[in-house]
Amino acid sequence: MRFDDEPTPGEALPILPGHVSPGRLERVLRAGKFAVTTEIDPPDSADPDEVFKRAAIFDGYVDAINATDGSGANCHMSSVGVCSLLTRRGYAMVMQISCRDRNRIAIQGEILGGAAMGVANILCLTGDGVQAGDHPQAKPVFDLDSMSLLEIARGMRDDAHFESGRKLAVPPRVFLGAAENPFAPPFDWRPHRLAKKVAAGAQFIQTQYCYDVPRLKSFMAQVRDLGLLEGPNRVFIMVGVGPLASAKSATWIREHVPGVHIPDSVIKRLAGAEKQKAEGRKLCIDLIQEIREIEGVSGAHVMAYRQEEAVAEIIDKSGVLEGRVPWYPGRDHGSTANPALQGELTHTQTEKQRMEA
Amino acid sequence: MYAVRRWVVRHSRGFEFIYRVFEPVIARLDPVWRGIGYARVERPVTAVERAVKGFLFDCKMCGQCALSSTGMSCPMNCPKTLRNGPCGGVRANGHCEVKPEMKCVWAEAWAGSQHMKNGRKIHVVQKPVDYRLRDTSSWLRVVRQIAERRVAAQGEQK
Repeated sequence: MRFDDEPTPGEALPILPGHVSPGRLERVLRAGKFAVTTEIDPPDSADPDEVFKRAAIFDGYVDAINATDGSGANCHMSSVGVCSLLTRRGYAMVMQISCRDRNRIAIQGEILGGAAMGVANILCLTGDGVQAGDHPQAKPVFDLDSMSLLEIARGMRDDAHFESGRKLAVPPRVFLGAAENPFAPPFDWRPHRLAKKVAAGAQFIQTQYCYDVPRLKSFMAQVRDLGLLEGPNRVFIMVGVGPLASAKSATWIREHVPGVHIPDSVIKRLAGAEKQKAEGRKLCIDLIQEIREIEGVSGAHVMAYRQEEAVAEIIDKSGVLEGRVPWYPGRDHGSTANPALQGELTHTQTEKQRMEA
Repeated sequence: MYAVRRWVVRHSRGFEFIYRVFEPVIARLDPVWRGIGYARVERPVTAVERAVKGFLFDCKMCGQCALSSTGMSCPMNCPKTLRNGPCGGVRANGHCEVKPEMKCVWAEAWAGSQHMKNGRKIHVVQKPVDYRLRDTSSWLRVVRQIAERRVAAQGEQK
């Protein structure tokens, strides 16, 4: 969607009445559109071009890109670094902040720095334990947890002060998000835990990978009953989805990645397919379409680890953008018509587009 | 001890009752504590608190006890020291992501809170830990606060 008040890329949008951020994601969500976000794979490299290249493959298909913060407790380029590069080009970023690696002094500084660079969305996370990653010998920090981080970030934005009470000259204008995992026990607590996050300041949620739609439906029903999707402090729920590469990798993920629940039926479906990778993508498209029909779901968060090149195709085939073309560098000045407008997209076209950019 | 702390959570309502009875009694003794001096009783009380709560809850002496809000399951036993609920990594069998042999401290907390009279306190957002209070007595601080509030209330009535 094109806004009337499009700024020069890299500059902030005006903040609309009732909005807290100058961001595209908040605008899309509050306009009632089905929002789509994805995750950029941060490089193990100091090369900025690698970051631009990895972001460009999503061009025209996502409303915002999450910059992960040492996800899975693995070391990569920092979320602040990735955001710093991409906000300069005008990309809408969701800066992830995990409580695992930094204390409250570092984190609050990061919030200010991120906002100053044009980050309009921050995702407050507890973070995976260090045992999950490539540096299990590291010191786990966890000075804050996701809830206290949300509260502190909201305090910085709405009351313009640090946790210490010290005043901020200009507060960070950020749309605050959090994660939720409806697929991990204790199941009866999860909706209430979400309510607690909303009370702490969460305005949007990106969930863990969903492969179990019935479980999601019952979770969403409880979230609706708690009244979390109404009023000025309502929360927007974006459901996490992603393509599985094969039955074997699905089994591995289920056993080794914290918090990912994959039912046997999904693994069977993949195992029974002739081309498992293609089936995994098809399953992901099916999931997005099913999820979209659930009352109260505001969007999808497509996490395609090591299959990032498939994201555009998956979103395109799911049809959830309904012809909408999210902003990307050059959209409003580019010579090439966006493939989505032609109603068809092939992988080669995105490649071509990338080359041209 | 793991077995003791799990037993305590199963009997969270009883422990809630014990706390409710003893808290005002110890608070009433405020003049005694004041007479000796809070600073002077701090060390022996801390030692007793550490022994008792260490045995019952595997207390880590964070100095700002939240047991009444956490179903009597000490949140400092969570490897991520979360103060507001479980992370997303809880295993399908309800065990911890970091220590697979241990039940999730917060799954226990949720179960414990369900038995308690004031179990709803688990829904209130807790502030982050103040690390200056580590290894100090949480009991004395609470007792002192209750006494100070009472004095303030009496002052207002006059």
